[in-house]
Amino acid sequence: MQTYDLTEKGLRGLNSILHAQHEETNQVSWEVVNPRGSHAIAVGLDAPLEVTVKGSTGYYCAGMNQGATIRVEGSAGPGVAENMMSGSVVVEGDASQYAGATGHGGLLVIKGNASSRCGISMKGIDIVVHGNVGHMSAFMAQAGNLVVCGDAGDALGDSIYEARLFVRGSVKSLGADCVEKEMRPEHVDILKDLLERADLHAKPQEFRRYGSARKLYNFDIDNVADY
Amino acid sequence: MCGIVGLFLKDKELEPRLGEMLTQMLITMSDRGPDSAGIAIYGRGRRGKTKLTVQSDRPDQDLDDLAPELGQAIGTEVGIRRIDTHAVLDLEAGRVHAARKAVRELRPGIRVMSDGEVIEIYKEVGLPKEVADRFDLSRMEGTHGIGHTRMATESAVTTEGAHPYSTGADQCLVHNGSLSNHNDLRRKLMRKGVRIESMNDTEVGAAYLTWKMQNGASLGDALDSSLEDLDGFFTFVVGTRDGFGVLRDPIACKPAVMGETSRYVAFGSEYRALVSLPGIEGASIWEPEPATVYFWSH
Repeated sequence: MQTYDLTEKGLRGLNSILHAQHEETNQVSWEVVNPRGSHAIAVGLDAPLEVTVKGSTGYYCAGMNQGATIRVEGSAGPGVAENMMSGSVVVEGDASQYAGATGHGGLLVIKGNASSRCGISMKGIDIVVHGNVGHMSAFMAQAGNLVVCGDAGDALGDSIYEARLFVRGSVKSLGADCVEKEMRPEHVDILKDLLERADLHAKPQEFRRYGSARKLYNFDIDNVADY
Repeated sequence: MCGIVGLFLKDKELEPRLGEMLTQMLITMSDRGPDSAGIAIYGRGRRGKTKLTVQSDRPDQDLDDLAPELGQAIGTEVGIRRIDTHAVLDLEAGRVHAARKAVRELRPGIRVMSDGEVIEIYKEVGLPKEVADRFDLSRMEGTHGIGHTRMATESAVTTEGAHPYSTGADQCLVHNGSLSNHNDLRRKLMRKGVRIESMNDTEVGAAYLTWKMQNGASLGDALDSSLEDLDGFFTFVVGTRDGFGVLRDPIACKPAVMGETSRYVAFGSEYRALVSLPGIEGASIWEPEPATVYFWSH
């Protein structure tokens, strides 16, 4: 286990050391102490490292992750795990706005609540939120799964292309072109696997599924007068 | 961008440290707003007296003999405490209106920052640390205060473009965001006789709240109606005599974090503004909901 004191040694040093690790490194396990809400902690990692941040982080923690496992033992600021490609990010506390935005792959687990725009423009990432998500979550979502064990705020899945949204609690309102859909056996299997990987003991049958009505895919000539 | 900090003390023992705690928070927000900085501090006041905080770009010329000349003009004794480019004038509460008018006539170069029994507003162009040092903010005492670091978007980097803005006696406003209908709203308010001095969007927001309250609205009602009448992005923090309030626009893309313990309620644009506060490890940390007015008061 390598320990890095962020207050003492600075952010650029941390990200440089983590970027210098290659796939066969034997310095796999890292602990970052004194994060004090700093921005861009453990961003752009591309080796199978295990990084634990001992406290809360600011903007863009764990962004662009490719293959690393990053755990935040606190809450995360805006844009945590933005544009993740693969690997996993776990936030023990809450996450601020646009968690997991534009993510292509990997798993983001938020053990508290996520704020607005969680999973905005997601492109294949899996996001599991133990608590609630704020308004405009999964806005323009394109692929992947968003699992919400609590409630969802206004305009869930607005202008959604594809992606599966599973919500256990209430949905304040659905966004344009987002509808409730049937929960078929294959969806129960997907959800069961995600809940297990996110360390949750909820029953898949308690969730409802939402997705795209696919009405915005093509221009509707009846709307021509609206422009 | 801009940064906002606010601190409302529940524990009286912390009052001597208000300035020190707020200054630390303000400096942490420097990279959100390196252009200028300001602070509204709610300190001690005296019943029946008003503090008129004024600023001049030529303080030696404008502030040196201001107190006796102003006293003579309005027929009452005026005390003065000079701090860098600012001065706090101490006068009978009933003479504020006359004093504002007389200051405008005697010294056209002076800007009135605030008036009220307890509020003092200090703001200048420069890095937040330099501004804090110029006014010795860390030594100020009080019950609560709010601060702002500015990254200019809607108007020039000048003292009158810096926050906080006074919205009435013992009241002020700071803003993170940008209002997109400020030109239209400025014209409408000016036609109604509201005085607006700069091309800054936040000043229009402040003038709007002032105008609403002059027409009978409470601060809470005025903030509620701003959700209808102001277009754009905003996180507002308003200072009041007894505490402060927070309002985010319905989209809520401008950040806001609250931290609360048994000793204080703190506001920061980011969590890192709060990390040096005593007992923050055990504080309840959360984000204010969009389009919801919050108040904390004694």
